[in-house]
Amino acid sequence: MVSGTLSIDALLDEMTSEARALIIRRDLQAPLMVGIRTGGVWLAERLHRQLGLTAPLGVLDISFYRDDFTQVGINPRVQPSQLPCATEGRDILLVDDVIMSGRTIRAALNELFDYGRPASVSLITLLDLQRRELPIQPDVVGGTLALGPDQQVKLNGPDPLTLTIRQRG
Amino acid sequence: MNILISGGRVIDPAQSLDRITDLYVSEGEIRALGEPPQGFQADEVIDARGQIVAPGLVDLCTTLREPGQTRKGTIASETAAAAAGGITTLVVTPDTNPIVETAAVAELIQDRAADIGLARVLPMGALTQGLQGEQLAPLHGLASSGCIAFTNLRRPFGNSQILLRCLEYAATHDLLVVFQAQDAALAANGCMHDDTTSTRLGLNGIPASAETIEVSRCLLLAEQTGVRAHFGQLSCEHSVRLIEAARQRGLQVSADVAIQNLLLTDACVNGFNAAYHLQPPLRSPLDRAGLRQGLVTGTISAICSDHQPHDPIAKQAPFAATEAGMSGLETLLPLSLLLVEQQLLELPQLIAALTLAPARILGLDAGTLQVGSQADICLFDPTAEWCVSEENLRSAGKNTPFLGQTLKGRVSATLMDGRIVFRR
Amino acid sequence: MFEANDPNAIQLTADGQLRHFLTTEGLPRALLLEILDTADSFVDMGEQQVKKVPLLRGKTVANLFFENSTRTLSTFELAAKRLSADVLNLNINTSSTKKGETLKDTLMTLQAMHSDMFVVRHADSGAAHFIAQHVTPHVAVINAGDGRHAHPTQAMLDMLTIRRHKGAFAPLKVAIVGDILHSRVARSQIHALRTLGVAEIRVIAPKTLLPRHIEALGVRVYTEMAAGLRDVDVIMMLRLQKERMQSALLPNESEFYKLYGLTRAKLTYAKPDAVVMHPGPINRGVEIESEVADGPRSLILDQVTNGIAVRMAVMSKAMSGQLSQRATSDNRSRKV
Repeated sequence: MVSGTLSIDALLDEMTSEARALIIRRDLQAPLMVGIRTGGVWLAERLHRQLGLTAPLGVLDISFYRDDFTQVGINPRVQPSQLPCATEGRDILLVDDVIMSGRTIRAALNELFDYGRPASVSLITLLDLQRRELPIQPDVVGGTLALGPDQQVKLNGPDPLTLTIRQRG
Repeated sequence: MNILISGGRVIDPAQSLDRITDLYVSEGEIRALGEPPQGFQADEVIDARGQIVAPGLVDLCTTLREPGQTRKGTIASETAAAAAGGITTLVVTPDTNPIVETAAVAELIQDRAADIGLARVLPMGALTQGLQGEQLAPLHGLASSGCIAFTNLRRPFGNSQILLRCLEYAATHDLLVVFQAQDAALAANGCMHDDTTSTRLGLNGIPASAETIEVSRCLLLAEQTGVRAHFGQLSCEHSVRLIEAARQRGLQVSADVAIQNLLLTDACVNGFNAAYHLQPPLRSPLDRAGLRQGLVTGTISAICSDHQPHDPIAKQAPFAATEAGMSGLETLLPLSLLLVEQQLLELPQLIAALTLAPARILGLDAGTLQVGSQADICLFDPTAEWCVSEENLRSAGKNTPFLGQTLKGRVSATLMDGRIVFRR
Repeated sequence: MFEANDPNAIQLTADGQLRHFLTTEGLPRALLLEILDTADSFVDMGEQQVKKVPLLRGKTVANLFFENSTRTLSTFELAAKRLSADVLNLNINTSSTKKGETLKDTLMTLQAMHSDMFVVRHADSGAAHFIAQHVTPHVAVINAGDGRHAHPTQAMLDMLTIRRHKGAFAPLKVAIVGDILHSRVARSQIHALRTLGVAEIRVIAPKTLLPRHIEALGVRVYTEMAAGLRDVDVIMMLRLQKERMQSALLPNESEFYKLYGLTRAKLTYAKPDAVVMHPGPINRGVEIESEVADGPRSLILDQVTNGIAVRMAVMSKAMSGQLSQRATSDNRSRKV
């Protein structure tokens, strides 16, 4: 089991080249990058810069799209999503720090579709914690991680971007 | 039938009696206290050890709903409730349908009650025709048919002149007039006491002045006409002061209060509980204190139930749309005993307020256990606890705010005219 | 001995979540602030392209309006639709039938339609409490105005408007002007302002329009504008209904306007940056001068926008509270 703090610059560089390859392979036109608040935003900012994308970065807040709102209630501190342009017909690069059950990504997809029908959505995540409850997979992933039952992972940022793995408090 | 009630604590305020002794009943009368009368053979012995033996309660204000509103109650159901509550004489309001303004209705009610035979029912007659406050009702004829007193309830008079003439006419025949004092315009649309709680709840209030203005008017006119006057179910401490002042001037007026106004306040209405929708309304703690004080000083001499049974739907609506009144025959005694527990009154004083005092107000030969008087007797266990529930209430009206509450004090037997009309 | 339990506790689940919204009275400060915070995010969302969220998708909201009101009904309807709920509008005329029967019977009929939420407006004080007490478990009740008792969503949108313009509540002096006696809005505003901890709450009205014991709610009473508005940060005007000109409450509109109407001149009594609010619809020339209603200090239009957001917040919180309570009781019965 790994624990401690990791620099992820190397991972990010790899992810950047994989993303570039993805854009070419799928022939994505002027892709729109959208980061999921909060962890996905820092990551998206970094990748957006490294990829040199022209379309401005979008931010998605999925609080109102969570499927577990009856258990956890509504988060009162929700800031609105900010999509700089319509998603209708666009190729979207959706970015989040971690994929675990897949529900966050599903909520994000629901929300993106409420904004308009995208031409495509590709998923980029830094980590895959491999505890899926839905059939959703990232197209670009930095690395997989198997966490112990008491372990937590946290992305620190925005600069430098580091990962901390620690025991649950 | 010869009945011996043995070993109970016999309290008879009329004789200043309060001791453990035996009571002998025969042929509908109280034959002896203490020693058995010559040749007395008991057909029935009631073991009254640990119980209080008191005169049967005399309730100055109840509504039986028959004739006319039998879905809310009948003479049968309500006199059964009275008997279970230790009440042997009931004074009933004239707002039946038809109204008690003809000899026929007055007699109908009494005959029906007599047939059922569980309690004495004394009707009050309407003071004005239709209770409309415009024309005199046939008071003398009604009195001959058994009406014990006359009232216009809370309904308004056309003007003071009409009220004055009604009182003069009643005075002519030495009839008792009962005032349920309320100025109709000031009370219009009100459903609770006008104060902080009504403000917060947004409910129309009935200001204290609605009662005190009418009490003042009636006192002045009673003084002018010399009519025998009684003020029923006071709710304001200011009313008590007005009556006290009148009595000090030499005016012979009496007053009663409903037990709920001695115990509860308008704060009970919080949450819009329609069980507390009452007329007269529950008022402030200050008013409650003034009423309690009035009882102690004797300005108020009697306690009544103001029993008003209702069908369930009458209370199932937003507060102001519900009907006022609570079912109170069976809770009158245990609630009144709280006044003793709270050390406001001694037990004999309390019993006087429920028996002798109301009888005197009405001019009745009742409310006493003196030898030779009619054997109207209430036996109760002052320590017995019971939970008020729809199942154990005999009244057709289950509209009491005390549902689900545990009260202390329970009637174990009631005799009327020397017959056992209730036994637990 | 016979003290009632907290009568407003019916609004909360055992763990303090909102499950009915009947009155601002008796709700903890933290909960009021949560409602405001949630409403804030919905306001921001209202400026977006996509104004809908799926929070109440699959749920049915029934609007039971026993009193006519196009404004309030439409904002509740809009709020429900923005939460992706299915909406049922029932405008019920009570003039022909006895009110009490209609209410209980209507409830029985509606239970059969399996609504998840009732939004209720009724002419009787306590009607929303009555419905909350008689409704099937897990149905949320939102009070859209009951008699003279409460209009809690209006009060909360007013609080949101104040906060968005003035920031903190603590230093504020707030004056409520007009027909306090008949106003459910004023009562709800007073409870909310008190809980949120403003510096001072004032009511300004002629004595005939003041409930006699209003000070007990924590307000200072003024009967004239010059003194009442001095140093005030927020002026909340109330609507004066025509009926008040009868039954000896007021002589006529022009005397009321002269003494209590908010004009530019009277506005100068208040602080230079004081704001003006009104729940609407406004009676120009009766409560308020047109130039003030339309002027730079008026927040009246903001109130309307905020109204939708606040109702969305309240409806989603109440639904969430009911659902979590149902989950708890389902779990409990399963464990048995």
